[in-house]
Amino acid sequence: MSRTFLGMPATAPRGVGHLRGDEPFPAAARRALADPQLRRNLGHATTTIRAKSGAVIAELPDWQQLRAAGSAIKADVLARLPELLEQLELAVTAAGGTVHWAADAVEANRIVTELVAATGSDRVIKVKSMATQEIGLNEALEAAGITSVETDLAELIVQLGDDRPSHILVPAIHRNRAEIREIFLRAMPGVDPALTDDPAALAAAARRYLRETFLSTPVAVSGANFAVAETGTLAVVESEGNGRMCLTLPETLITVMGVEKVVPTWQDLEVFLQLLPRASTGERMNPYTSMWTGVTPGDGPQAVHLVLLDNGRSAVLADEVGRQALHCIRCSACLNVCPVYERTGGHAYGSVYPGPIGAVLSPQLTGVADNASLPYASTLCGACYDACPVKINIPELLVHLRDRAPHPRAEAAAMAAAAYVMDHPALYTAAQRAARLSRLAGRRGRGLPPPLSGWTASRDLPEPPPRTFRQWWAQR
Amino acid sequence: MSQREEVLARLRAARGAAPAAPAAVPRDYRRAGAEADLDLLVHRLTDYRATVHRCTDDAVAEVVDAVLGGRRIVVPPGLPRRWLPATVTAVTDDALGTDQIAALDGVVTAAALAVAETGTIVLDGAPDQGRRVITLLPDVHVCVLRAEQVVAGLPDAVARLDPRRPLTWISGPSATSDIELNRVEGVHGPRNLHVVLLPPGTAR
Repeated sequence: MSRTFLGMPATAPRGVGHLRGDEPFPAAARRALADPQLRRNLGHATTTIRAKSGAVIAELPDWQQLRAAGSAIKADVLARLPELLEQLELAVTAAGGTVHWAADAVEANRIVTELVAATGSDRVIKVKSMATQEIGLNEALEAAGITSVETDLAELIVQLGDDRPSHILVPAIHRNRAEIREIFLRAMPGVDPALTDDPAALAAAARRYLRETFLSTPVAVSGANFAVAETGTLAVVESEGNGRMCLTLPETLITVMGVEKVVPTWQDLEVFLQLLPRASTGERMNPYTSMWTGVTPGDGPQAVHLVLLDNGRSAVLADEVGRQALHCIRCSACLNVCPVYERTGGHAYGSVYPGPIGAVLSPQLTGVADNASLPYASTLCGACYDACPVKINIPELLVHLRDRAPHPRAEAAAMAAAAYVMDHPALYTAAQRAARLSRLAGRRGRGLPPPLSGWTASRDLPEPPPRTFRQWWAQR
Repeated sequence: MSQREEVLARLRAARGAAPAAPAAVPRDYRRAGAEADLDLLVHRLTDYRATVHRCTDDAVAEVVDAVLGGRRIVVPPGLPRRWLPATVTAVTDDALGTDQIAALDGVVTAAALAVAETGTIVLDGAPDQGRRVITLLPDVHVCVLRAEQVVAGLPDAVARLDPRRPLTWISGPSATSDIELNRVEGVHGPRNLHVVLLPPGTAR
């Protein structure tokens, strides 16, 4: 990582949080592909969600217009990001909230830990939040002797299973109902040993297990789906009611939000509240959306904090092509349509942001060198672009980032040689003759010798034709 | 340099020259103003496992009796008392403790508005809806809606609502899609949602 200069865009620091995997994508993917249960679970879940989402999107005659509006609003946000954040800060503060700024994961973790410690509580309840996973907040709190309880069902499954999330929306998508039952029986205190794998019974078990924790924990940590600059309103979109519990019951609420989540106006929510649930869970509207503006006397938390997080976002913003990755509203539609994600699952991507959006967001947040294999974790089929409710051109970004990823010396040498040969007709003719000779020698299917074998490891060499176009033209 | 100044300086450097004004957003999607379709609302609510009762104002108490008769419920301070049958024990929320609310069986409230296209009701903490906690902990929520409170789509709702109030948007009972991405009703919020829809022209 290059040195960080004060006031200049910077990538997310190493050694904290979950933006970098332990191994390159191809190695992790190979292991995932060998797990038939994982592939069955993923295939079933992504097929289900694609059908649901497609049906409710088809109900809207103006889906494309909503996508265009959503994309335009996000582009406007990025163009005015510093000003909108200052406006948001003013509005939240005027409504009785407190705004904190965190340049990176280390700072954000320190701020939240100090805020929790000041309440005297050794436990927090959490609403599922990508930002707090990204910065490794649970680990930071644990180091300070504070227990984090994940209250989203899928997060709970991951936490009880001592597992890692594998999907933005449904972190336990890689688990089927039988596996979830086993995890609950093994790790959920006080669980009924007669628990079945009926999804309703599993949900009821989580309800019983968490109820007392909700009622007795004085601090909650959440993320935010949207923050409205003009009013200071924060919004959390959820399904189960665990979000409402966390946002309503505790005395202190701490929200950690990536800076790009701000939207300019209250009216803008009319666009995103239509796009997000239909693209995400495939519902017309998710069961619960909570909105709060600072503190409401006598109703809900009376100490309300907002932590605005950079952690590499400024570096993404600095790339004029790459910055559109910051449009993302974390719906996960791109994961659900991706042929690569459907086969490898989310763990192979290493970062908390998996799938196509992860392949373009993670390398930009960390610097491409730290996630160099991710821009290649795609077939460039373009399904993600079609599915994206805010029209992020993910294939364009993948190609852009491949260009910025470190390339082996041999590849540059081969490309330079090819360019030279194509510039010289006599050499080109000779090269084509050589290619046909290699055909006679039966090299097809065996790939190229090292160091070019890396290129043919996952590709078939095209078969050279028996006669080139130039020969055909000359003999015509 | 404070964290605030650091973040803002980074973002300014990354963004480049500031634009003169907010960009024009193409808003050629369906805007606010269409007429609300009550039957569509009923369909959407039912589709997401809410139970809908269409009746006149003087029959609300009968519906509450059918759903919650013999049970103990919490009600917001501004709820019209005529909606409560003699068969329920109603505790008014005057800063009740969470344990007290959690021990009750149900809650009856009014609403701020409802969105027909999505089957969503919105509560805004007005005196006839109460604090957010009272519609969260009891397992049965009966919500009374006047026809005039129903709007066509999301843009109508956003235009009518006041963002300075705490807002809760509710679309069916508590549910999850976390197990194999199938929707399962009933996790932490009320597992039973009943919507009572009053006909047009009903007085407040």
